[in-house]
Amino acid sequence: MVLAIALVLLVVGSVLFHYLSPWYFTPIASNWGHIDDTVTLTFWVTGFVFVVVNLFMAWCVMRYRHGKVKAAHYEPENKKLEGWLIGLTTMGVAAMLAPGLVAWAKFLDVPKDAAVFEVVGRQWYFNYRFPGADGVLGTVDARFITDTNPFGINPDDPKGKDDILIASPELHLPMGKPVKAELRSIDVLHDFTVPQFRAKMNMVPGLVTYVWYTPTRAGTYDVFCEQLCGIAHYAMRGKVIVEEESAFNAWLGSYPTFAQTLAQVAGDAAAGEPLYAVCGACHGAQAEGNPALNAPKLSGQGDWYLKRQLLHFKSGARGTHEKDVFGKMMAPMAATLADDTAINNVVAYIKTLPDKPAPATVKGNAKNGHDSFENCGACHGADGRGIQAMNAPRLKGMSDWYLITQLNNFKHGIRGAHKKDIYGPQMASMAAMLTDDRVTADLVAYINTIQ
Amino acid sequence: MTYVAHDESAFVPPFEVEEPELYHPKTFIGKYIWSQDAKVIAVQYSITAIAVGLVALVLSGIMRLQLGFPHVFSFITPSTYLQYVTMHGMIMVIYLLTALFLGGFGNYLIPLMVGARDMVFPYVNMVSYWVYLFAVLLLMASFFVPGGPTGAGWTLYPPQAILDGTPGASWGIILMLVSLAFFIIGFTMGGLNYVVTVLQARTRGMTMMRLPLTIWGIFMATILALLAFPALFVSAIMMTLDQALGTSFFMPALVSKGQQLAYNGGSPILFQHLFWFFGHPEVYIVALPAFGIVSDLISVNARKNIFGYRMMVWAILAIGGLSFMVWAHHMYVSGMNPYFGFFFATTTLIIAVPTALKVYNWVLTLWRGDIHLTVPMLFAIGFIFTFINGGLTGLFLGNVPVDIPLSGTMFVVAHFHMVMAVSPILVVFGAIYHWYPKVTGRMLNDTMGKFHFWVTFLGTYAIYYPMHYLGFLGVPRRYYAMGNTVFIPESAQTLNEAITIAALIVGAVQVVFIYNLFWSYFNGKPSGPNPWRATTLEWQTPETPPKHGNFGPTLPAVYRWAYDYSVPGATEDFIPQNQPPGKWAKGLEDKPDASELGPLDSTSGIPKPLTGHS
Amino acid sequence: MVIVVGWLVRKTINVAPWVEQRPMEVASGDGALSLLPVQVGLGVFLAVATSLFALLISAYHMRMMEADWATLALPRVLWLNTALLILASVAMQWTRGAARWGPMDNVRKGLIAAGVFTFAFLAGQLWAWQQLNATGHFELSNPAYAFFILLTTLHGIHLLGGLLVWARTTARAMRGVELAKVRLSVELCTLYWHYLLLVWAVLFAVLLHTHR
Repeated sequence: MVLAIALVLLVVGSVLFHYLSPWYFTPIASNWGHIDDTVTLTFWVTGFVFVVVNLFMAWCVMRYRHGKVKAAHYEPENKKLEGWLIGLTTMGVAAMLAPGLVAWAKFLDVPKDAAVFEVVGRQWYFNYRFPGADGVLGTVDARFITDTNPFGINPDDPKGKDDILIASPELHLPMGKPVKAELRSIDVLHDFTVPQFRAKMNMVPGLVTYVWYTPTRAGTYDVFCEQLCGIAHYAMRGKVIVEEESAFNAWLGSYPTFAQTLAQVAGDAAAGEPLYAVCGACHGAQAEGNPALNAPKLSGQGDWYLKRQLLHFKSGARGTHEKDVFGKMMAPMAATLADDTAINNVVAYIKTLPDKPAPATVKGNAKNGHDSFENCGACHGADGRGIQAMNAPRLKGMSDWYLITQLNNFKHGIRGAHKKDIYGPQMASMAAMLTDDRVTADLVAYINTIQ
Repeated sequence: MTYVAHDESAFVPPFEVEEPELYHPKTFIGKYIWSQDAKVIAVQYSITAIAVGLVALVLSGIMRLQLGFPHVFSFITPSTYLQYVTMHGMIMVIYLLTALFLGGFGNYLIPLMVGARDMVFPYVNMVSYWVYLFAVLLLMASFFVPGGPTGAGWTLYPPQAILDGTPGASWGIILMLVSLAFFIIGFTMGGLNYVVTVLQARTRGMTMMRLPLTIWGIFMATILALLAFPALFVSAIMMTLDQALGTSFFMPALVSKGQQLAYNGGSPILFQHLFWFFGHPEVYIVALPAFGIVSDLISVNARKNIFGYRMMVWAILAIGGLSFMVWAHHMYVSGMNPYFGFFFATTTLIIAVPTALKVYNWVLTLWRGDIHLTVPMLFAIGFIFTFINGGLTGLFLGNVPVDIPLSGTMFVVAHFHMVMAVSPILVVFGAIYHWYPKVTGRMLNDTMGKFHFWVTFLGTYAIYYPMHYLGFLGVPRRYYAMGNTVFIPESAQTLNEAITIAALIVGAVQVVFIYNLFWSYFNGKPSGPNPWRATTLEWQTPETPPKHGNFGPTLPAVYRWAYDYSVPGATEDFIPQNQPPGKWAKGLEDKPDASELGPLDSTSGIPKPLTGHS
Repeated sequence: MVIVVGWLVRKTINVAPWVEQRPMEVASGDGALSLLPVQVGLGVFLAVATSLFALLISAYHMRMMEADWATLALPRVLWLNTALLILASVAMQWTRGAARWGPMDNVRKGLIAAGVFTFAFLAGQLWAWQQLNATGHFELSNPAYAFFILLTTLHGIHLLGGLLVWARTTARAMRGVELAKVRLSVELCTLYWHYLLLVWAVLFAVLLHTHR
């Protein structure tokens, strides 16, 4: 009796939950209404079976419970009944399958006028590439990948020269136009998922896969990686902004072509030396850092990283949060560097300065920190040397007190939360694992022990 | 090479199969440690599997803590989280469920239910367990090696499984792969036994169509496993070579952490094909024994023959056959040739038909039955409900366009936990409550059993039913933390907290079950030989628990199928399989009991009377 | 799998299991196969091994489709090895006859001949590796090479397993037991050797087909 009631309640509760709960598909933002329709149809068919079979079972449990009946009925089988049930089930299955296959055929049939772009998946971020003026993407190979050619574009292929490289996880798409995303990975399996678009596909190293859609609703949508890709899988995020074509074109125009990225000139250290005088006031003449002035060590840090941070300070992506006391002090300093050339030069000068490990000031249990560092090493290198390809700066031998400040800033949304800071959110997600100050101190203590 | 050479060359017709010479141990160690008795081996398998399953249960609790209350527990970092996810999945699927259903229940029930003295190759059977135990220990050892166990997800997809950036990519993954290879070798030894015992060691009169469905399920699952595990074996070897020797079976040219690696041209999709060629039958390796066992539990407790026995057998055969043709439905979004989708969606949905038929027949067995709501029956009905839910969500994921938005989300997690975690586990519990009296001679405590059922059944539903909706929402699986998103509402986190609380409660209540196992061993009500008044042969043994050799001096002869319940005109509402014809009818009760019958006279077919045996 | 299911369907169709019958009335043939458990056991094991090799061959074919596939010049010695394995199989077959009709001395001779040919085959396989190595193909990153090593190793391990049983049987034959006491072992070995010859033939054909 109790069991029968429980079964009925579960059936009713499940149906109510389906209709009343706030959790369901997000409003669709692409042409894949077919998928949603198939889901709805599947819900009706399966829901019917769920309710009918379970209620029948509940009724049986109540009606034929021991004590209520004298004896069980003897009937080895009933071919007719079983035949009917098989027939009905087959019909129900066919009713779901047929529209499903039709929808799948559409899924595979890319419209001829679909504009092609490329998504590059890598641990642990997305980049994008548009074909440029000639409308054709240049050939690529993982073998061509270097720090200066992170997309692995074939340098001998003229079609690749005008490709527009979006070295950012943020993608813009024009509204109402079919687009075909060619998906590629340079390391492990990834997946390019925009929940509101419904369609998704894995990205496989060594293969180019594809998926197509027509974005139909303007807005900002999250991009997830939905194929386990390593430690920072959950932090592999991007954004898609669907907008009017004019805005899209303006956005696309703001990114360099492959040829332009190759043409970047190296900074001039001699020209950077006088510029550094301003920096040296706080960071020290040898860029060794000065805890008293809250100025971290700079020497030995990757030039690409210093450049990016200076640009961030200049653009307001960093040093504008009200609680970022020291960042706010740095921002006007960075503003004294007039342009990219000045930044390149000063960074080039810093690169010439001697790199002596900063003195250890943080106390903690390095042994405990070792375990947490497993997660840091995935990007920053097992020895904390920093890896440009992972956008991960050097940690070892740098100012440890500064690491603590920045980890806390990331954790509390003081750093990395700005809209323009495209790499910050990832570090913010990672820093969130540091549950308290002791864990952070242990971690930094471990970094101090790395040789 | 796992066969044992016998020296008898002349063929012996099955009716006169000589009794195998059993190895009779004298010492305690011979009896309970290096035992060749399938029943002891079954208990060894079961205890090991349950012990390692408890480890996996704790791991799942830790995962739920992280999902429900992110960033509270400092020891759960992204890498340890993935390690727990991976180990939880692999242990539960392979080392608990496969080992328990086939090594545990298979070993205990096959000889008893088909009327055999023991497995046909007892020595190989013993080695099978020790190899399994070694595989378990290897796996557990990976918790203690540098870098810890692998965190590649239980699917172990390359390239990431063996690349830096995945936890345990050096030691952990190798231990996992080697452990799997040993598991498969051990399983193959056991599996040969199960198949050959069912084929060759059935007692007189036990035709294939008189086998209880439990045996059919275990038999078919073993065949699936024997044919499917080689795929995992091959891929484990190939991945080990990729990791250790730098071959490029699965590894394409790639750049890891800014470094060009020496791999070239390998195909990650190839691994997925091999893995799922094993992985999908694996679902049925777990499900078919559960289907079989639950059929018997329902029939016994509804005091009614299983409805449509023949259809049930054919459904098992059809599911077994089809299960090798559906593997790529796990790969709709993998980047394989997308045109495969048409074929695999069709085969996948076809497999729903025999599966649905099984569900109908379980429910139709209840219909017009005489339902005793014993603890095993509660679990059986709980199974049907859970399985209906999990099976139906399978129709979502099997249908290719519906799978597209849902794959990789919590919907998948909810679906497969419903269908191949909770459902089989409910059957495992039901089966343990059902057969514990035969194993120990004592009943499990009923009150604890009912409490265990209600919390487990309702609790697991509370965990997994809402989880589907997180999947619809777009919450990805295998995420350490959701972090900031544009669209996932705060309430999703509240739901995650609720799920975690439910999961912790369900997890904790399993302690009651374990306690019950111990408590009842000493204090349980004595059960007698046949407490459920069941027909199958294991309940007709002269001793409970059965001695080595199972059936006293002579093997029983079988006269009927396993489902003669409530036969009109019978004095009792069940007729044991070894009850001779006519004897059960009214007025014939004074004939000798079936277990006292001697061997059949070879010319007349009439049992010879036994002398000197009580 | 199709065969398994087909066989089981034949065994189960047209049976009304709920009708009670004496064991004697049950149609013969529904019961066990007219084979000994070890024979069935070997059969099942061969099915498992077939699954293993079939999967490897399909993996080989799929991997071959990739762009970087470089064909491998197969060492000539493989032809000699194939001949050796055929001889081993023939010797086993001959031993099987001897085990049936005697005399025991022929069984011993046959077993030893089969063993010698088999060991020669394995040595030849090692030599083939050596030759590949010498011609500069010893690059595991070349998938054709890696597959060659993997396939020959797995096949060789299966043969080694067979040789274990062969060694036991031969030792018994040497001790001079009755003919009947080795007959079954010899029969099983013969079947197993034929099977492994077949596997090798298929593997070799695949290798040849894809390398020239």
